[in-house]
Amino acid sequence: MTHEKIISLLPYSEPFLFVDHLEHIDENGAIGTYTYPESSFFYKGHFIDNPVTPGVILTETMAQIGLVCLGIHLMANRIEEQAKLPEMVMVSNEINFFLPVFPGEEVKVISSKEYFRFGKLKCEVELRNADDALVCKGKIAGMVISNSSL
Amino acid sequence: MDKTMDKNTIIEGLKEIAKPYIQDQEAFDNLTEDTNFVDDLKINSANLVDIILDVEDKFDIVIEDKEMEDMMTVRSTIAIINKKLDNK
Repeated sequence: MTHEKIISLLPYSEPFLFVDHLEHIDENGAIGTYTYPESSFFYKGHFIDNPVTPGVILTETMAQIGLVCLGIHLMANRIEEQAKLPEMVMVSNEINFFLPVFPGEEVKVISSKEYFRFGKLKCEVELRNADDALVCKGKIAGMVISNSSL
Repeated sequence: MDKTMDKNTIIEGLKEIAKPYIQDQEAFDNLTEDTNFVDDLKINSANLVDIILDVEDKFDIVIEDKEMEDMMTVRSTIAIINKKLDNK
């Protein structure tokens, strides 16, 4: 499946899509980028007169590139057979933050698969800024669900 | 040679593995073979996967997707572990 196809299948849209490009994806991990537009909705309130990208948005960016894109790649055959994207949810995350990300900055997400078993995908994920400095890092897990109950 | 393990030894092992993930301490303290991981111990399906992976490591077995669906109670989990041990 092409990188463009994977992005087109993502179940998100503006203002909650945080993937611009995928640089690399294989069975072991994904690398992709996103630039936070200065007009992003969250800068208005986080913080008052001092816009900084919220940690939850950085975490979401890590999850969309590092887990959901990777998950689509890993389940490509099943998705093409069923012509339908399985429902995926985040089930855990533990992230440490090191640097702020300001409006207009481009970031790169690098994920590395720990396991994908019984429908659960767990990855070690890093987010780096344009200077290649570490912004945040940690473990995120997501799960494919067959109904809405976890 | 019988490679299966004593039921109580397996239960002790399962309790140690499940402990970090349980959300109902009382059900855990009163755990029996009938205890259901989800309904009684209130473990979510994501943590159930962690438990299965720990069971694989502890008992040196490999669980298939279909088998995991049956591992909802302590009793059925003991049965699958012993079936796997016996077939090793």
